[in-house]
Amino acid sequence: MMLEVRGLCAFYGQSQALHDIGFAIEEGGIVTLLGANGAGKTTTLRALCGMVRTSGEIAFDGKPIAGRATETITRLGIAHVPEGRGTFTRMTVEENLQLGAMARRDRGGIAADIEEVYGEFPRLKERRRQQAGTLSGGEQQMLAVGRALMLRPRLLLLDEPSFGLAPLIVAELFGILRRLNQRRRVAMLIVEQNAALALDLAEEAYLLETGRIVMAGAAREIAKDEAVRRSYLGY
Amino acid sequence: MEQLLQQVLAGLATGAIYAAMALAVVMIYQAIDHLNFAQGEMATFSTFFAWQMIQWGWPYWAAFAITVAASFLGGVAIERILFRPIRNAPILSQLVAFIALFSILNSADGEIWDFNIKTFPSPFGSRPLFGSSLISTHQAGMIAVTLVMLALLYLFFRGSRLGLAMRAAAANPQSARLVGIRVGWMVALGWGMSTAIGAVAGMLIAPVVFLEPNMMLGVLLYGFAGAVLGGLSSPGGAVIGGFAVGVVENLAGTFIPYVGHELKLTIALVLIVAVLMVRPAGLFGRVTVSRV
Amino acid sequence: MTVPEPETIALEGRPRPAVATSAGASILRPGARQLAIGATLIVALAAPLVTQNFITFQLTLVMVYGLAILGLNLLTGFNGQFSLGHSAFYGIGAYTTAILMNYNVDYYWTLPCAGAVCFVVGFLFGLPALRLQGIYLALATFALAVALPQILKFQPLEPLTGGVQGIALMKPDPPPGVPLNPDQWLYYFTLLVLLVMFAGATSLVNSRTGRAIMAIRDHPTAAAAMGINLPLYKTLTFGVSAFYTGVAGALGAIVIQFVGPDSFPFLLSVSFLVGLVVGGVGSIPGSLVGGVFVLFVPNLAERVSTGLSGAIYGVILLLVIFVMPSGAAGFARLLGGRLARARQSFAKQTTGRIK
Repeated sequence: MMLEVRGLCAFYGQSQALHDIGFAIEEGGIVTLLGANGAGKTTTLRALCGMVRTSGEIAFDGKPIAGRATETITRLGIAHVPEGRGTFTRMTVEENLQLGAMARRDRGGIAADIEEVYGEFPRLKERRRQQAGTLSGGEQQMLAVGRALMLRPRLLLLDEPSFGLAPLIVAELFGILRRLNQRRRVAMLIVEQNAALALDLAEEAYLLETGRIVMAGAAREIAKDEAVRRSYLGY
Repeated sequence: MEQLLQQVLAGLATGAIYAAMALAVVMIYQAIDHLNFAQGEMATFSTFFAWQMIQWGWPYWAAFAITVAASFLGGVAIERILFRPIRNAPILSQLVAFIALFSILNSADGEIWDFNIKTFPSPFGSRPLFGSSLISTHQAGMIAVTLVMLALLYLFFRGSRLGLAMRAAAANPQSARLVGIRVGWMVALGWGMSTAIGAVAGMLIAPVVFLEPNMMLGVLLYGFAGAVLGGLSSPGGAVIGGFAVGVVENLAGTFIPYVGHELKLTIALVLIVAVLMVRPAGLFGRVTVSRV
Repeated sequence: MTVPEPETIALEGRPRPAVATSAGASILRPGARQLAIGATLIVALAAPLVTQNFITFQLTLVMVYGLAILGLNLLTGFNGQFSLGHSAFYGIGAYTTAILMNYNVDYYWTLPCAGAVCFVVGFLFGLPALRLQGIYLALATFALAVALPQILKFQPLEPLTGGVQGIALMKPDPPPGVPLNPDQWLYYFTLLVLLVMFAGATSLVNSRTGRAIMAIRDHPTAAAAMGINLPLYKTLTFGVSAFYTGVAGALGAIVIQFVGPDSFPFLLSVSFLVGLVVGGVGSIPGSLVGGVFVLFVPNLAERVSTGLSGAIYGVILLLVIFVMPSGAAGFARLLGGRLARARQSFAKQTTGRIK
């Protein structure tokens, strides 16, 4: 197992946001975390990256990463596309991509990867010298994903990638994610409110409710579940 | 007319120092989001350090280079040892830590090197520039060095990976961490660079105002004023602000009656506040629009 | 980390807030708190009767500085407007008193006058200050602090201000029939003013107005959206803050019996800021702790080593910041929190879990 989480609890100050979370992601696997607003999905991603106070075990490649600094965790190969995208708004598209590769040293490889990202997201290439803050929502999301890919991550964490995007763009994005996973074996942990989309892409799914996992299993099975369909899929 | 030109040039010359100081101020501000009140004292300490080496017989440029390097390391060390442990403390508490550092350095300067003024050599000499009575070689040298520093900084920040990383760390520390940038070390680097720039400023102004523990008090104030006038988010603006403050201060001192040495500072500040009324983020600063 | 279980919280009453939101948040239970205040008051009342005049004089100054710091606290601590200019308000208050006493106004009438003058100056300064934030506001207030000594030395104003010489004052006598010496009388007079003004500040902070003022500090946009008139409250707070520091300056002038243009340098503003932080930003009683620090620690540093007194002072200050980053009040709150949690776990152990 590439990533294993056991007994994870997370705290914002004195209040506890996650209670005893546990899940696992295998090499090249796609897992999705579903749940309503405030269920703790974003907190889980933040916990994995050392952005909140936690207790419990998080192991990446068998090595414990709980409590380590965010930048250290990133350098292990975990790229996080956060809520709000975290774009460097005043820097150009090109600079944002270069920043994604900060942890790497291979100049030639970085330049080649930037071209590859432009290949996947041609619209970014058109705007390569533009300030990132002037891009549309969809383009910023592409940029955020592109920046994460520059790390050549083994695990990609995505926080609500479909948020605020038009359905066509979302379909495009998820298609790219699927291709990425198939071609480069990039594992993914996707937090989504759009359950149908996520369950279609993922292999495994976990359902969170007020900081606890209430359901877990294969994505296909969860999608068929009566209660889930009614609460989260709307039919 | 000649007198006006002379005063403007003289103002530009002193303004060069304020500009250099303002540059150091903005550097630190970009790195840590507030001002370093002890910057002047750190520059003075560096200058004393250089002076001491020259007293021991070291050639000027060797002393200069070693001082700049040592100042850089000193700045990094102070950040790591004193300010990193309190980085999560309330801002006002960190401010008081700066005040403490100021007090320590100022007192140490006086104790180690006493309060008698000392002369400090200029590498440019003080002959009139090209025989003109408008500006001396040292003054021209000050302006040149400041502009060169600005150019180097510009190249560093726009053209190098490390510079990009520092900009990112200052702009959005959380996102910077998410791409693997060690934000803590970027802050330390900012401190080091700022202290080194301060050392250069100190060594440039010592020949003019003579070296003593309180040498930089006025300079730092004018440097701050220049940085604020230019807008704290713009290094170029800070430099322009520094030059502007120098010119205004000089002209006010020369042409307005009743204005003695101390009133100059007040007038400069009042003018800056007036500018801030019209442009609350400084001449070239960016007004941050916060979305809720 | 263990999370306190709901049962034990119910046993103790409301869980304590992590951050004091008003001056009244206390580390002690209400009963103990009254006791502490009462004890302090008794000590304060008895002090001048049992110590030498010089100590009484110093204690009076502690109260004066505490009051000045309280003024700064109201503006910076409770309203979030940063000021490096309070030495100017202190000085204006001091000079108002000196000038009025020169014209034979009784010392006690000069206090409200000094306060009123400073209120107006503060309010007027607060108007343009509305446009400035953070560092920029700091610079503007700094300009004020630097300007004052210059204005006081300004030649044309000499007949009024006494110019570089300053103005000397006479120490007031106690009212007839009161068996105290002038130093003791001044102490009690200052104590009375202090108590009244501290009480005023406490009630202001705990009122609706006080909550509005703090809301402006914490979430200005939200406060404005809720209908709080930001410009009005911010300028009023500036005025009230200047009023407090101005009255302190007036008292200070009477106590020290002298005002001069160099008595109110920018360094004084820095001292107030240091006192504010050491005592605890946003803590009314902390202001007095700040006053103690500002008066005694520099002297202490001087006694350890005259040459390195500044360095010693700086080191002490750094130690204070490292150990108590939120000041004395913050430290007290931390201890109080640990005390409360210790009591909780003790209660849990002795009474067992309650269903």
